[in-house]
Amino acid sequence: MTAQTTISTLDQAGERLLQLAQQSRPWRSGRLAALRREALDIFAEQGLPEPRSEDWRHAHLGPVREELDYIRPREVGAARVAKSLLEASPFAGVGGSRIVFVDGQYAASLSDLTRLPPGVLLATFVEAQEDSALQEHLGRYATFGDHPFTALNTAGFEDGAFINIRQNVSLEHPLEIIFLSLGEESGRVVTHPRVLVLAEAHTKVPIVELHLGAGRGRYFSNPVTEIVCGENAQVDFLKIQVEDCDSFHFGRLESWQDRNATVRTAVITLSGGIVRNDTGSALDGEGGYADLDGLYLLSGKAQVDNFTRIEHRKPHCGSREVYKGILNDQGRGHFRGRIIVKQGAQGTDAKQTNKNLLLSSGALANTKPELEIYADDVKCTHGATIGRLDDEALFYLRSRGIGEASARSILIYAFAGEVVGRLHHPEIRQAVDRFFLSWLPRGEVVRAMAATESING
Amino acid sequence: MLEIKNLHVSVEGKEILRGVDLVVKAGEVHSIMGPNGSGKSTLANTLAGRPGYEVTEGEVLYKGKSLLEMDPEERAREGMFLAFQYPVEIPGVSNTYFLRAALNAVRRHRGEKEVDALEFLKLVRESAKLLKIDDQLLSRSVNDGFSGGEKKRNEILQMAVLQPSLAILDETDSGLDIDALKIVAEGVNALRSAERAFILVTHYQRLLNYIVPDYVHVLYEGRIVRSGGKELALELERSGYASWENQASVSTAGR
Repeated sequence: MTAQTTISTLDQAGERLLQLAQQSRPWRSGRLAALRREALDIFAEQGLPEPRSEDWRHAHLGPVREELDYIRPREVGAARVAKSLLEASPFAGVGGSRIVFVDGQYAASLSDLTRLPPGVLLATFVEAQEDSALQEHLGRYATFGDHPFTALNTAGFEDGAFINIRQNVSLEHPLEIIFLSLGEESGRVVTHPRVLVLAEAHTKVPIVELHLGAGRGRYFSNPVTEIVCGENAQVDFLKIQVEDCDSFHFGRLESWQDRNATVRTAVITLSGGIVRNDTGSALDGEGGYADLDGLYLLSGKAQVDNFTRIEHRKPHCGSREVYKGILNDQGRGHFRGRIIVKQGAQGTDAKQTNKNLLLSSGALANTKPELEIYADDVKCTHGATIGRLDDEALFYLRSRGIGEASARSILIYAFAGEVVGRLHHPEIRQAVDRFFLSWLPRGEVVRAMAATESING
Repeated sequence: MLEIKNLHVSVEGKEILRGVDLVVKAGEVHSIMGPNGSGKSTLANTLAGRPGYEVTEGEVLYKGKSLLEMDPEERAREGMFLAFQYPVEIPGVSNTYFLRAALNAVRRHRGEKEVDALEFLKLVRESAKLLKIDDQLLSRSVNDGFSGGEKKRNEILQMAVLQPSLAILDETDSGLDIDALKIVAEGVNALRSAERAFILVTHYQRLLNYIVPDYVHVLYEGRIVRSGGKELALELERSGYASWENQASVSTAGR
């Protein structure tokens, strides 16, 4: 790529973002301080990604580069938040324990860490920075040499959530991590939320990471989450974005799996302005299994990109990927799904699907599967569709007395149902379902239909 | 119940129905027969309000109201039912709750109380038993992966639950083996009543051995060319549609 031959000169936005990262609170921990220095150097060298580079060609970087008013969050963030704001979210109460960050800063008054079961650590980075496990794993999976936004996060994060599940511990209720963005009117508030999940061997944990916009100002959220899933462990991770329509969200979610481990990630974008999700999964032990699901609902001028990358490094691993988009108004959605099967990863079984439903003539979807296979005993399939609501099905429903608006909603709901139905944890599934129904026109009709029977039967 | 006057219908600019007249009264069973391409399905779809069927002339009165001004869902709520020639598969929508939503839409329209899930399940299971429909098909997605016969029986199940005033069966018999045909016919016969009318669109006389019509009409090149009693079907079975085809070729040649 061209970046290697040119000496990078940071553009104005890049310079400003670097400056803000340099101003972040220093780490007590030597390891974290060193990580920051390294990331600062890399971002200073690379700046924001070249729009022409393959990984960023479809990204909507224009507004990110043109923004001249990046600012640091105000210190008083949490004090400005009423608890009711969180309770209004359809996802409130999903979790057993909850950690909340407001504009990147830990909000003790909104968090609830009193009921953590034994063997479960959920703490802030500020608190846990001397923890050897945190120091050992942080930054190892979401590598930043080739990812400018991850470099920027690593250079700029000032706190984060650290989850450590000790061997053989199984959690019933999801742990909830909430990043609430207030934003400002006077400038675009930059935050770098960070999460590290360490699920030791033979554990089982459901986690919800919720990104909520308060609907009041501009912000740029640049989160990075790393999941380490030990031998025979199981992590169900749901990332939900309910971001404001003029916000930027450039997010990274990387998971690494040991032998016989299962990680299920679902990235659900319910609203947003410019959203980019880079979701990666490394199957690094025999017999591992990864589910990667995604659902994106776009309305207004929202632009949502999902780039996924699944690396089959060891034999006999399976992966299933289902990403679905529902695009309305002038919404634009891009999907790129890369599956890499490394040499020696025999017996790999990978299946990828991306389906897009266009609800308006102004909406646009783009899909691109990429398979790189270096082993010979492999089963890899992919499929992609972009289409509109089925007129035949619509008429069929109407011919039975169901009104047009309801019929449309029923079909949209059914389209999304495949992803919602794959959400493993019932509380999480029901919460997503509630939100989705409230989003749909005449959702109450669909809800009445679904009230007593299984939703995806 | 239904009065069709001089109905002309075009599909994609091509005139298919060229002046159909038909009166159907409550309690009657009418059979519309005719060769492929004569306009049988066009008539059925036009009555149900399928988009893409353009009425260029004529009118249709249903229960005294102008049918053609009604949306498909309004027609259904007013008691009209079309059993599709090709029932549509709708993955992700459960057969049972789709049907309950439909029934409740109709009941709301009539000012009746909606049925709850439990009542409904009882109701639908009874009808399903009569039609020898496996309970397991009820919880599956609408027609998704159903066999041809299962789809047709599912149409009749919907009809049995919705209890329409006018049921139009569009080639419900095509593709059915004789056993499935008997089951479907039993289902239809069980619904025959003095308040309900049927229009059976069919290509084959076979169906009429099991559902005996009051009237048989022959549709040919977009017009009803002959009407009679049930014996007309038997006559057609013997002589086929050849006599009209000859007449038609003469008349087309003259045009």
